[in-house]
Amino acid sequence: MMLEVRHLSKTFGGLKAVSDVSLDVQEGSIIGLLGPNGAGKTTCFTMIAGFTKADSGHVRFAGREITGLSPHQICRLGMIRTFQIVQPFVGLTVQENIAVGAYLHHHQRNDAMAVARDIGKRLGLGEMLDRPAAALTIAGRKRLELARALATGAKLLLLDEVMAGLIPSEINEIVGIIRQIQSQGHTILLIEHVMQAVMKLAETAYVLNQGRLIAHGTPQQLVSDPSVVEAYLGHGAAARLQEGQHA
Amino acid sequence: MRFQSLGQYGLVLFAIVYLAGVYFVSSPVWMGFTINALIVALAALSWNITGGFGGLSSFGHAALYGTGAYASAILQVKYGFNAWIGFGAGIAAGSAMGALIGGLAFRYGLKGSYFALVTLAFAEVLRICASSFEWTGGGSGLQLKLMPGLAQLQIVDRPWIYTGLLAVVALVMLLTALIQKSRFGAYLIAIRENEDAAEALGINTYQIKVQAMAISGAFGGLAGVLYLQLWLFIDSTVVYGSAVSVEALIGPIIGGAGTVWGPLLGTLGLHLLGEGTKHLLPNSPGLNFVLYAVVLICALRFLPQGLVGFAARIGVLRKKDQDDA
Amino acid sequence: MSILIIPAILSGMMMGAVYALVALGLTLIYGVLHIINFTHGSLLMLALYVVYFLNLQLGLDPYWVIPIVLPLFFILGYCLQRGLIAPMSGGSEQNVLLITLAISLMIDNLALYFWTSNTRSVDIAYAYDTVEIFGALLPFGRVVAFVVALGVAPLVWAFMVFTRTGSAIRAVAIEKRGAELVGIDVNHTYAICFGIGTACVALAACLLLPTFYVTPQVGYTFVLVAFTTVVLGGMGSLPGALLAGLLLGIIESLCGLFLGESLGQIGIFLAFILILFFKPSGLFGKRAGA
Repeated sequence: MMLEVRHLSKTFGGLKAVSDVSLDVQEGSIIGLLGPNGAGKTTCFTMIAGFTKADSGHVRFAGREITGLSPHQICRLGMIRTFQIVQPFVGLTVQENIAVGAYLHHHQRNDAMAVARDIGKRLGLGEMLDRPAAALTIAGRKRLELARALATGAKLLLLDEVMAGLIPSEINEIVGIIRQIQSQGHTILLIEHVMQAVMKLAETAYVLNQGRLIAHGTPQQLVSDPSVVEAYLGHGAAARLQEGQHA
Repeated sequence: MRFQSLGQYGLVLFAIVYLAGVYFVSSPVWMGFTINALIVALAALSWNITGGFGGLSSFGHAALYGTGAYASAILQVKYGFNAWIGFGAGIAAGSAMGALIGGLAFRYGLKGSYFALVTLAFAEVLRICASSFEWTGGGSGLQLKLMPGLAQLQIVDRPWIYTGLLAVVALVMLLTALIQKSRFGAYLIAIRENEDAAEALGINTYQIKVQAMAISGAFGGLAGVLYLQLWLFIDSTVVYGSAVSVEALIGPIIGGAGTVWGPLLGTLGLHLLGEGTKHLLPNSPGLNFVLYAVVLICALRFLPQGLVGFAARIGVLRKKDQDDA
Repeated sequence: MSILIIPAILSGMMMGAVYALVALGLTLIYGVLHIINFTHGSLLMLALYVVYFLNLQLGLDPYWVIPIVLPLFFILGYCLQRGLIAPMSGGSEQNVLLITLAISLMIDNLALYFWTSNTRSVDIAYAYDTVEIFGALLPFGRVVAFVVALGVAPLVWAFMVFTRTGSAIRAVAIEKRGAELVGIDVNHTYAICFGIGTACVALAACLLLPTFYVTPQVGYTFVLVAFTTVVLGGMGSLPGALLAGLLLGIIESLCGLFLGESLGQIGIFLAFILILFFKPSGLFGKRAGA
C-alpha cells in the first residue's frame, strides 16, 4: 500500500475541519478525493504532505511513518503535492522552474537542466522552455506544476484541483497527461471537482463532507449514492431526484 | 560573460573603462575615491546574496561588516596576532554572525519587514555593545599599529591597494556568478519567488536561508576587514553604524538586485554622483546621502529592476518574443 | 540600590509616555496603511527643530506652540503621504519600507547640512523644577509630558470610535476595497491617518524638548524605539502602544541603572529581538508575522 492514512483530524479554532479521515492508496492507482467546497479536502492534503500538523492520526507512505515530517523531508521520500492556486517561480524560465524540481536528485546544473528539458517536452511544454514562466497560460501553468512535481522523481503525486480553470479541451489534454504519468509507474491522489475528469481517471474515490468521510467507491457507485448527492446538492435532494426519476 | 542586450554590455563596458582609467588619471584623488567605493561595493555584493538572490532584505548588514572588522582588530590590537590571521578570523566571524542572525530570525519565521527590522536591531545592539566595553575599545575605538608591509597586510602604495581591491571585488563577483548558476543558487532564488512551493519541491528552506546568511556574512566580514586594513582605525559608529547598512542596500537595489554586476554598477554610479555633488557644493556633509535617497526613490518608482534590468531592454540580442505580454 | 529603583521606574515611565505618544502615531499608521514608516523618527526630529527655532527666534514656550505645530505637522504628514509616498511606492510592501527609509535619509541629512550636528536644547526654567512623587524627585517637564501623553491616547481612541472620519479610517484599515465601494476616499483617508500620526509626533516633540535635546541623529534613535513599542504593543493597537511605551521606558531606565548609562538602550533592542522571536503579534496585536 503506497499511502495509508489513519484517523486524521484537524480542528481550527473550534471548527472541525477534518474528522477521523482514513484512506488507502494502492501503488500505481489513481484515487479521487471528492466533496463539496469546504469539505476539508485540501486540509487533508496539507496534513498528508506535512504543511499542517495533524491534531491526531497517522500517515504511512510506502510503509514508512511520515506523520510530523516537514514538507521537504516528505518530498525527498518521494511524495509531492501541487497547489490549488498554481505557483510558478515567476522570475525564472519554464525550464529553470522545472529544474528546481530536478535539482533534488540531480545536483549538477547540466543534469538538472537536461532532465527539466526532457520532462518539459514530455508534458508538451517543449516550445515554452526558454520563455519566462509568467508568460504561460493557465493550462500551461498547470502543466508546469506537473512537470516540476515529476522532476523531483516523486512516486506519489497529490494533485490539488489540477483541472480548475481549464476549458474542456484543456481538461482532456491534462487527463491524457495524467494517464500517461500513471502508465509510467506513478501513483496519484487527486482532489477534483470537475466530474468529467473524475469519471475518466479515478478508479475509486473517497467523498468528504464537512470533514468526515461519507462514501467510498467507484465513480459510478458514488454518483448514485444518496449521501453523496445530498452532500453536493443539499438535504433531501437525493429523495427528490429519486422521485423525479420515478415520475 | 554573456549578456542579454547591448545596453548591458554598454553598462559593463563603461564600468570596466572607468575602473581601468583610474590608473591613468594624474590626480590621486580619483583612485582614493574609487578605493572607498570598492569597499562599499563589497558590502553591497554581500547584501546582494541574501537581499538580491534570496529576497531577504536586511537593514542591518553593518552587523556582519562590523563584526569582521572588530574580530580582526581585536585579535591584532588586544592579542597581537598577525594581520593575516585577523583577516581570516574576520571573514569567519562575519560568517558566524550571519549564520547566528539568520539561524535565529528564520527559526522564528521572520520575513519581509520584520526580518529587516530584526537585522536593524541586531546591528544596533552590536553597535551599542562595541562602544560600551573596554574589550572592543569602548567609545574610542581600536587603532592598529602602523606596520607597513604585506606581512601585516598594510599596503602603502596606492596603486597596489587599488589593484588588490579590484582583484577581491572580481573574485567575489565571480563567486556570486558561480552561486547564481549552482543548485544552491537555484534553490535560493526559488525560495525568494515562492517559499511554500520551494518547500514542496524538497528544498530545506531554513537551511538554505541560513547558509545564504553565512555566505553573505563572510563577504561582509571581508569588506569590514579590508576597511580596517585600509584605514587602520575603526569605532562602533563607523563600522556598525546605519550608514554602512544603508549603503550596502542602496547600491544593489539601484544597480539591480539579484544580478552579478548590479551591486558594483549601482555603488559606482551612486558614488560618482555623490562625488559630483561634492564638487558642486563643497563643504556639505551628508548631502550625498540626500542625493542617494532621491536616486533611490526614483529607482524604486521607475527602475524596479535596477540599472541592469533597465539596460536589458536596450538593444536586445536574443530573438524578441512574439507575444510579450 | 533598591532606593534608586522606584525613581528609576517612575522616571522611566515619564520617558515611556513620550515613547508611547510617538508610537501611537506609528501604530495608527501601520494599523491602517500597513506600512512600516521610517520617516516617523525624522519627522520627530524635524518637529523638535521647529519647536527649538520657534523658541530661539520668537521666544515662544514649547508648550504654547502646540496649537501651531500640531496643525502644521498634520498638513506636512498629509502631503507627504498623499504627494510622495503613495505615488512613488507602486504598492509593493518592500518598496514602501525603502521609500520611507529614503525620505528619512533625506530629512536627516538635510537637517545635518542646514543645522549641523551640534546639540541644541531650550532653556525653559520651570521645566526642571522638581515635583515629588512617591519619594522620587522628577522634573516638572517630564511630569507634564507624562500627563499629556496619557491624556491624548484616550482622545485619539475616542476620535477613532466616535467620529465619522475615525470610522472611515477604521473601515479602510479592515477592508480597503469594501470601504471604497461605500464611497470612502481611500487615498484621502490614508493621508488623514498619516497626518494624525505625524501630529502625534509633533505633540511629542513639544513635550519632549524642554527636558531633552535635538540633533539630526535623534530621529533615528527614536524610530527604533518607536518600532519596538509598536511591535511590543501589537501593530495597530492604541492601548498596546501606550502600555508598551511605558514598559519600555521602565526597561530602559532599569537597564541604565544596572548596566550603566550607555547600555540603557540595549534593553530596548534586546526586548525587540525577543518579541519578534516569541510573540510578534505583541501584547494586543491581531496579526502575527509579516
